[in-house]
Amino acid sequence: MMSQHPATWGQPTPANSSFNQFNTFPLPQTQRGQSSHAHHGPVGHTQQPLVTGTSVLGLKYDGGVMIAADNLASYGSLARFRDIQRLHPLGQHTLLGVAGDMSDFQWLKKELDALLREEDALALTDSHPSLSPKNIYELLSNLFYARRSKMNPVWNAVLVGGWDKVKKESFLAYVDLLGTTYTAPTLATGFGAHLAQPLLREAYEAKAGIDGNGPLLTKEEAEKVLEDCMKVLFYRDARSLNKYQIATITSEGVDISDSKSADTYWKFAEGLRGYGAQTQ
Amino acid sequence: MFRNSYDSDNTTFSPQGKLFQVEYALEAVKQGSAAIGLRSKTHAVLLTLKRSTGELATYQKKLIRIDDHVGVAIAGLTSDARVLSNFMRQQAMRSRMTFGRAIPVGRIVQSIADRAQTNTQEYGRRPYGVGFLVIGEDETGPHLYEFSPSGTAFEYYAHSIGARSQSAKTYLEKNFENFEDAPLAELINHGLSALHDTLQQDKSLSLHNTSIAIIGPPDAAIENLGQSAAAKRGNFRVWENQGVEELLKAWRRSRGEPEDGPQEEAAQPPAAEQAQSAEGSENAPAGAPAGGEDVTMEEQ
Repeated sequence: MMSQHPATWGQPTPANSSFNQFNTFPLPQTQRGQSSHAHHGPVGHTQQPLVTGTSVLGLKYDGGVMIAADNLASYGSLARFRDIQRLHPLGQHTLLGVAGDMSDFQWLKKELDALLREEDALALTDSHPSLSPKNIYELLSNLFYARRSKMNPVWNAVLVGGWDKVKKESFLAYVDLLGTTYTAPTLATGFGAHLAQPLLREAYEAKAGIDGNGPLLTKEEAEKVLEDCMKVLFYRDARSLNKYQIATITSEGVDISDSKSADTYWKFAEGLRGYGAQTQ
Repeated sequence: MFRNSYDSDNTTFSPQGKLFQVEYALEAVKQGSAAIGLRSKTHAVLLTLKRSTGELATYQKKLIRIDDHVGVAIAGLTSDARVLSNFMRQQAMRSRMTFGRAIPVGRIVQSIADRAQTNTQEYGRRPYGVGFLVIGEDETGPHLYEFSPSGTAFEYYAHSIGARSQSAKTYLEKNFENFEDAPLAELINHGLSALHDTLQQDKSLSLHNTSIAIIGPPDAAIENLGQSAAAKRGNFRVWENQGVEELLKAWRRSRGEPEDGPQEEAAQPPAAEQAQSAEGSENAPAGAPAGGEDVTMEEQ
């Protein structure tokens, strides 16, 4: 833009100058950013996920909640990154299990960690308890819905697991890129919603009943069910990996296991037509 | 025109290290009518003395509800109070909408204190001419804070601001050790006694000039729960006019006075000169019009 100021008339204005020389209103800038599109190119929206994580499973058990996810971040159908942790603790009593776009997950981690750091700093002066799992879930559902409404979704499906210190009960809920939210004693994202959720429900309802009033699974039982489900997913979900972690969230806090593998059996595959060496 | 050469803008220190505009703003708070706050381990209470601008005017409200769990009493410029309380309401709603959480009381007070501080440091602005007593209840229990135009926010067991508030402070300092375990009725009686001490000789607390706000579990013995759903839930509620009558009667009974209060008051409306001379004027700058108990323009 040309400078209109008498002292510098005719010279180009600096590229980063945002001064409105003509006092026009509304200002010749978009609401979104401080700088104009001409200088920085068009606004980019996430149109599709690139590096993705697959299913996350969640299950309430006696004394807490467990969340499982494998360690794979796929690049399309390529098993690109095989050592990615998709379970992220937030403060003392909340944990996120994230499926979908891994760069959006990294952004989400950064934003939420910053928020919690700010909360911790404020708590130094007023000792007020930090955000509860419910508070963080509420924030995420607002965020995801707002972003999808701007045609720029946060391309993830997230399970929030936690322990509510006030109500003294476990917390488990789902939110995805459309802002869809729901809660249940067993949850799964993506492929897991089809393959693992029925198995999780079966195990949960076998003890607790369909109304959930009976006893909950013990920690050992819950871990066993999740391991079975991870194995089923590894057999049938082509974007999965037999290397996963399980997080437990209790009144004691968050504990994320080391990576582990399920015993799998592939002998039967040799006899499958189209799999092994063809004999006829 | 100016009282000294360092008060024409708020960002320049005097050689004595004072910011005169800030001090004048604190003066505006001192000239507003009194507000008192006190707290037990279950309740927080505000009591205020209302003024009217004249015989034909209503008494100006001094208690503002911010949210279910926060409310303020004001002393100073009412219009500045409205700006700040609107901001507090926004903060409270923002917290409820984004986190589904009632905003912690200390943080909402800090947010207006930070705004007030900016006004003491940036050229071309002026400090707010209003002070708040803020009561609220959050996950850490009931709280009482004072906000002042100098940009400070402190927490108190009991505190008073506004005209003649020093007398109330004297009462509170003498009695505050009993507040922590006091039941609601007793807490209110202490508050009314303190408020009574801020009155001029010939004035008394009446249902017209007294208003009381409470946060904490309701007490059906002294509160008319049919009147207030907020009270039933233990949320911030204000008792004034007819609503404060029973509370005043209970207080007079506790002092062994006739429960209907002094009777001659109604027969003797204050004369204009009398009102002009009045409270708050002892702190007023020389030559400035005095803010009387019953006749003022701006400050409440």
